[in-house]
Amino acid sequence: MISNPKTIIDIRNIVKIFQVGEIEVRALRGVDVAIKEGSYVAIMGPSGSGKSTMLNILGCLDRPTSGEYYLGGEDVATMDDDTLSVIRGKRLGFIFQSYNLIAQLTVIENIQVPLLYQGVNLKDYEDKCVELAELVGLKDRLDHRPTQLSGGQQQRVAIARSLINDPLMILADEPTGNLDSKTGKEVLELIDELNSQGKTIVMVTHDDDIAYRADRVIRMKDGRVDKDEYRQRA
Amino acid sequence: MLQLSLTQHQLLNTVKLGVKSLLLHKLRSGLTMLGMIFGVCSVIAMLAIGEGASHEAQERIKRLGSTNIIINSVKPPESQDDNNTSGKSFGIEYGLTYDDASRLQFTIPNVSNVLPMRIIRDNVRFNRNQEPCQVIGTLPSYTAMQKVDLVAGRFLSMVDQKHQRNVCVITSGLAARLFPYQSPLQSTIRVKDVYYQVVGLINETGTMDQRPQKDEMEGEPLDNNVYIPLSTAKTRFGETLIRRNAGSFSAEKVELHQIIVKMETTESVIAAEQQIKGLLKRFHNQNDYELIVPLQLLREAEATKRMFNIVLGSIAAISLLVGGIGIMNIMLATVTERTREIGVRRALGAKKKDIVTQFLIETVVLSIGGGTIGVMLGVLVPLLVSASTDMVTIITPWSVALAFGISGLTGIAFGIYPASQAAELDPIEALRHE
Repeated sequence: MISNPKTIIDIRNIVKIFQVGEIEVRALRGVDVAIKEGSYVAIMGPSGSGKSTMLNILGCLDRPTSGEYYLGGEDVATMDDDTLSVIRGKRLGFIFQSYNLIAQLTVIENIQVPLLYQGVNLKDYEDKCVELAELVGLKDRLDHRPTQLSGGQQQRVAIARSLINDPLMILADEPTGNLDSKTGKEVLELIDELNSQGKTIVMVTHDDDIAYRADRVIRMKDGRVDKDEYRQRA
Repeated sequence: MLQLSLTQHQLLNTVKLGVKSLLLHKLRSGLTMLGMIFGVCSVIAMLAIGEGASHEAQERIKRLGSTNIIINSVKPPESQDDNNTSGKSFGIEYGLTYDDASRLQFTIPNVSNVLPMRIIRDNVRFNRNQEPCQVIGTLPSYTAMQKVDLVAGRFLSMVDQKHQRNVCVITSGLAARLFPYQSPLQSTIRVKDVYYQVVGLINETGTMDQRPQKDEMEGEPLDNNVYIPLSTAKTRFGETLIRRNAGSFSAEKVELHQIIVKMETTESVIAAEQQIKGLLKRFHNQNDYELIVPLQLLREAEATKRMFNIVLGSIAAISLLVGGIGIMNIMLATVTERTREIGVRRALGAKKKDIVTQFLIETVVLSIGGGTIGVMLGVLVPLLVSASTDMVTIITPWSVALAFGISGLTGIAFGIYPASQAAELDPIEALRHE
C-alpha cells in the first residue's frame, strides 16, 4: 500500500432523480463518498437502494441530477456525452456480471476494444495485450472466440480488457454473479491480486463473503450511504 | 452529426470490423446485398440494351444521310389490286418522272443536288455465271450523295452519261460471284441482250434497305447491284418494264424509281419536305410516291430513345430503392440484435459518432460490395445478350458510374437512420438489453 494515497474519486452531495412517467424517482438523495487511490471498495445494499445508479454515475455512464463528481481531479459531472466517452475510454475499466465480450471478436481483439476509440496504433499495444492475456492466464487462447471459452475464462478476458487502458479505477458489477463458486473464487483472487498491485477497485455485490475481501464496505439504503466501514482484510 | 474526426487507424480498424461482422453473418449479408446486386445489374443491363437498340436504329438512319430527302415511286394502292388479281391487267403508269427531278432541282430552295435513279430487277450474266441483280441507272453524282467506297477502277463519269456508253460499275459482292477466277475490270457482262464493260468496283455501305419495292427482291443478296449511266438505262431498257410472273404479264411505265434530294444544310430539310410535297402533289394526281426524311426519322428515334431511357431509368431506380430499403431493414434488425454490443462499446469509450461510423461503414461496405457484384453482372448480362442474340448492346461508362454511385448513396442514405438509432441508445439501457 502506498503510504499517503491521494483521493482519486470525490463525489459530493450527488442527487439522481429519474422521471418515470409523471412520478419522480429519487434514486440517490445526496451521496458523499471519497475514494483513495489503491483502495478496494465494495458497495452493498438491497435492490432499490441506489447502488446500481451509484455505479453508473461512478462509471460515467450517467450524469447526476445535481452534485459534484471529481474523477482524478476533473469535474466530470457536467461533461458532455463525447467527453464522458473519452473519460470512460481512458480512465475507467469495466467488469460486468455477464462479461459483455463482443461475440465476433477473438480474445486478443476483445482486449483491444477500448483502444479502438482512442485513435492509437494497435500495433504499438500488441505486446501489452499479450502480457495482459498472460496475466489472466489465457495466453494460449488468444485467437479463441468468447463462445469457445468457459464463463470464468470469459470473465478473465473482461478483466484483461479493463486493464488495457491503465485505468484510474476498475468498476466491477457483480463480477462473479454468473459464475459457480469455484471459478468465482478464482476471479476474485485475480481481482485481489490486481488490488495488491495498486489498482483501485470499486465492486458492487450483494454477497457478504465477497464484500469482506474489500478494505472498505459502503452499504447503501434508500439512496443514501447507510454505513461506511473500513476494515482489515479477511 | 457526422463530423467524422477519425484517425487513419481508427477508420481502418472500423472497416475491418465492419467486414468481419458482415462475414460472420454470410447468409444475411448475402441476401441483403442481393437487392443491391439486382438493382445495379438491371440499371446497367437495361441501359446497355436500350442504348444498343437506339444506337442501331440511329446508325441505320444516319447512313441514309441527314441532309437527304428520299422520294420513292410506289404503286398506287388501287391499281396494285387489279394487277395481282387479273391476269390480263396491262400497262399501268405511275411514279416519279424526269420532269419531277428537274423541277425539284430548280424550284426548291437550298437544294444542293438531286439524284434520279432507275432501278430494274434483272439477271446479269458473265460467261456461264448468272446472278439476279438490280440494275441501277444513275448519275455520276451518286458517289457524292450515297456512302459508297470505291474498291477498284472508277465510278461512272459525265462522259459515260453524255454518250450513253455501255459501261457499268458493280458491287464487289456481285463481282466475287460473277468473276470467281479473274479480275472483273474491263470484262464485259450481259444484262438482257446488252453488254456492259465493267469499269469499277464499289462497296455499298448504306441505303439498301430503303430501295423501293424491296418485297419483290426477297431472297436475293442486297448488294448485287449493277450501276449504269441513267441515259444508258433509258435507252436500253425503255420506259416500260414488262415483268412476267407465273402465267401473267404486267407492264409498268415508271420513269424514275427514286429521287434523292440532298439539301445544303440539315436546317433546310424540314422546310423542303413540305415544299417537295406541295410540288409533287401539283403534278401527280394519284398518290404514287412516298417521302422518307431520315432527319425526321432520326428525331423520332431520339425522342423514342429518351422515353425509353426514362422508363428504364425509373424501373431501375425503383429496384435500387427497394435494394436500399432491404439494406435499411436488415441494418435496423441488426441494431436491435446488437444493442448490447453497442452498450459495451459505449461503456468502453466509444462516442456516438464512433457507433454511427461503425454502422455506416457496414452499410456502405454492403452496398459497395453489392454494387461491385452488380456492376460485374450488369456488364456480363449485355455481353451474354449480344452473344446469344443479334441484339447490339452498348455499355456506357456513365451508366456504370450512375449505378455504382446510386448504390453507394443508397447505402449511406439508408444506413444513416439505423446508425443514428444505434448511437442514440442510452448506454445503460443498451447494456441491460438481453
